[in-house]
Amino acid sequence: MFSFIVRRTLSSIPTILILILISFALMRLAPGSPFSTERGLPPEVLANLEAKYGLNLPWYEQIYTYLRGIIFEFDFGPSFKYKDRSVNDILAQGFPVTLTYGIWSFVVAVAVGIPLGIAAAVKHNTKFDYAAVGFSIGAQVLPNFVMAPILVIIFTLWLNWLPGGGWNGGQWQYLIMPIIALSTSYMASIARITRSSMLEVLHSNFIRTAKAKGLPTSSIILRHALKPALLPVISYLGPAFVYMITGSVIIDIYFSTGGMGQFFVDAALNRDYSLLMGVTIVFGVMTILFNAIVDITYAWLDPKIRL
Amino acid sequence: MIDNKNNFKKVAMATAIAAVTAFTSMSAFSAAHPVTGEELATDQSYTYRLLDGIPTIDPQLVEGVESSVVVRDLFEGLLNQDDLGNNVPGVAKSFDLSEDKKTYTFHLRKSNWSNGDPVTANDFVYAWRRAVDPKTASPYSWYMEMMAIKNGAAVIKDKMDPKELGVKAIDDYTFEVTLEAPLPYFPGMVTHTTTFPSHQATVEKFGKDWTRPENIVGNGAYTLTSWTLKEKNVRERNAKYWDNANTILDKVTALVINDENQALIRFKAGDLDKTEIPAGQYPSMKKSNPSEAYSFPRLCNYYYTFNLSDSGPEAFKDVRVRKALSYALDRNVIVNNVTKGGQKPAYTFTPAATASFEVPAVDYASWTQKDRDAKAKELLAAAGYNKENPLKFDMIYNTDEAHKKIATVISQMWKQKLGVNAVLANQEWKTFLDTRKKQAFQLARGAWCGDYNEASTFLDLVTTQAGYNHGKWVNKEVDQLMAEAKTSATPNVNYTRVEQIMAEEMPVIPVYHYAGVYMIKDTLKGWPVKNVQQTIYSRTFYKTAK
Repeated sequence: MFSFIVRRTLSSIPTILILILISFALMRLAPGSPFSTERGLPPEVLANLEAKYGLNLPWYEQIYTYLRGIIFEFDFGPSFKYKDRSVNDILAQGFPVTLTYGIWSFVVAVAVGIPLGIAAAVKHNTKFDYAAVGFSIGAQVLPNFVMAPILVIIFTLWLNWLPGGGWNGGQWQYLIMPIIALSTSYMASIARITRSSMLEVLHSNFIRTAKAKGLPTSSIILRHALKPALLPVISYLGPAFVYMITGSVIIDIYFSTGGMGQFFVDAALNRDYSLLMGVTIVFGVMTILFNAIVDITYAWLDPKIRL
Repeated sequence: MIDNKNNFKKVAMATAIAAVTAFTSMSAFSAAHPVTGEELATDQSYTYRLLDGIPTIDPQLVEGVESSVVVRDLFEGLLNQDDLGNNVPGVAKSFDLSEDKKTYTFHLRKSNWSNGDPVTANDFVYAWRRAVDPKTASPYSWYMEMMAIKNGAAVIKDKMDPKELGVKAIDDYTFEVTLEAPLPYFPGMVTHTTTFPSHQATVEKFGKDWTRPENIVGNGAYTLTSWTLKEKNVRERNAKYWDNANTILDKVTALVINDENQALIRFKAGDLDKTEIPAGQYPSMKKSNPSEAYSFPRLCNYYYTFNLSDSGPEAFKDVRVRKALSYALDRNVIVNNVTKGGQKPAYTFTPAATASFEVPAVDYASWTQKDRDAKAKELLAAAGYNKENPLKFDMIYNTDEAHKKIATVISQMWKQKLGVNAVLANQEWKTFLDTRKKQAFQLARGAWCGDYNEASTFLDLVTTQAGYNHGKWVNKEVDQLMAEAKTSATPNVNYTRVEQIMAEEMPVIPVYHYAGVYMIKDTLKGWPVKNVQQTIYSRTFYKTAK
């Protein structure tokens, strides 16, 4: 088991390096520059800017300086767009925000999705089941850029219960709508996967045996059926968790949270090279890390994988 | 040019009256406005929508209209603008101009930084040198170059030490600027944020972090109390500001709301005092909230530019083709049925709202659209384009719903009236800028907002040397007229001629001149609707009790 973890972790390192090199190359190949503006800068002004941000150096020197900064000083460099912030400053601002609403959305999606799926499976072909399936399908097809404004119209404009956006250091009132908007479709997927997997398990022989033995239904479900039914759900939760905590540009735009999702997209649009690289690397590392964790969890659950 | 002396007097008088009134009615301060007598709201806070995060509030690094608004609240330059856009005293009480019109001497008032230090001429010397210093790498150093300050260009090119810049502190309260050549609109240029002072000790102590709320030292009417990128920016009253007695508004909050429809919902929910009206929604907002929907002229134009360089299509080199396309464009349809926000149809490059600019009588402006269409058909046929040999070209704009609508309507007009086939393509902003700069286009969208309120801020763009002349139109007469206008006592004569040449040569197709289209709360007073540059100073606002 230990050697599996070590192997899995070490194999992530080249992946991260390749990620950095490819992002660096793609970014530089995109037309336009961080300093191109409507007016267009005179050459001498452009030269001063390029000198300040090291863009006048050959590309290999740029990437060497960049990697050295990250590895030895954990310094992602200055932002090209936000001139009085470093990329580290921006990551330090945006990541806690994204993590907060991401983790909460995950918790809500799991806490509602799994019980809903189980209940629908247990009450198979009843009105409750139909309602749960209906909700799941509806929630999955309703994109969050439609849901976000609807939530604001209902809870801010009509009911005046919740602030229509902002973050305010993560006060709970500001968290509710982003969490609803982000978690709903995941919740629906989790409920659907749990339901179908639970149905399959409930029809298997060992459950029939348990029923024949006269065990109470609650004990059958919780003690016998739940564990095997959750395996496919867990394989879905790994990537879902990464998606949620790496931020959603839609949530950031509609609720002005100041999270990483919007910084990521804007960094690409602004050609803010250092910010874009910084966010890409952090998101990349997180994705690789959580994939590794999922793999390791799986290996632990299922020894067949540990080969 | 503006009669500065007279204006200074008027403002000084008004300030004095206001100060006396404010003083004598101190007890009733929260109740009534000292000048108008309107009943004031107890909560004097103003909240507005920002499209995007403020990238920087360092006066020497700042770019963009929205960031400048923040900088004008936190810092104050030599001169300010009043609500009509005229120059009024800022840190400078007055200024003198030398005989040879090349040396300006500004006489500063005694005022303080927010930490209590006095604001002196040395602060301006420091800031102006900082703005041109290559080490600062200010993206707006070109503006300092345009101000024609002695040795400015050489310093920016790193050929001279910033200390050689033509600025000097004669004493603590006398600031002298020497120019390379006379520049009639120089005083107006010092209302620009790049020329605002910065506090040397703070900048040197904190480096790039000096603009954080916990570090910043400013000399404006407000101080920064909170700033989270892409969330909000909060400014509160600076008790040390010299004119604090006349400031009514206590707090200014900018909320970043990226989506304009979302912002409109927030306005309706009462979260905002001011927001932009999304394109096309002005008539319906005017109907539902007549006293809160505003549209007023802005100092910006919207046009399409022909690529006249070697890489441009052969067809556009024929002036008849360019004229035909321009004539057949029914600008009234664009402003009345597409943008619908009080924009003005454009037949000249310079907006009519530009200070002291007289709109010249260009021929096609006075024709009816029917006449223009007939003429367009005639010209295009004469140029050899018809059903068998239709004119075809590509037309690009930067990705945006409003631009798309306009481009679609324009191409339909050409299709129906002239049988011209314009193929539309949108490009993401930075790619678009790159394409346009490299002349890799045929017909491209363009727009410009004046940097200062004078026609040359627009017409300089069509000179051969201008970086913004993406169509690479070359006209020696225009170059000469614009060069002369810089020092001429009657520059309008030159501007009129340039506009007439443009109407004859049609290097660009003017479409419309912008309007500011805003929702402004009934209770928020003092919005400078007549300042076409929309130079905003939050301290001039106040809120009335409903």
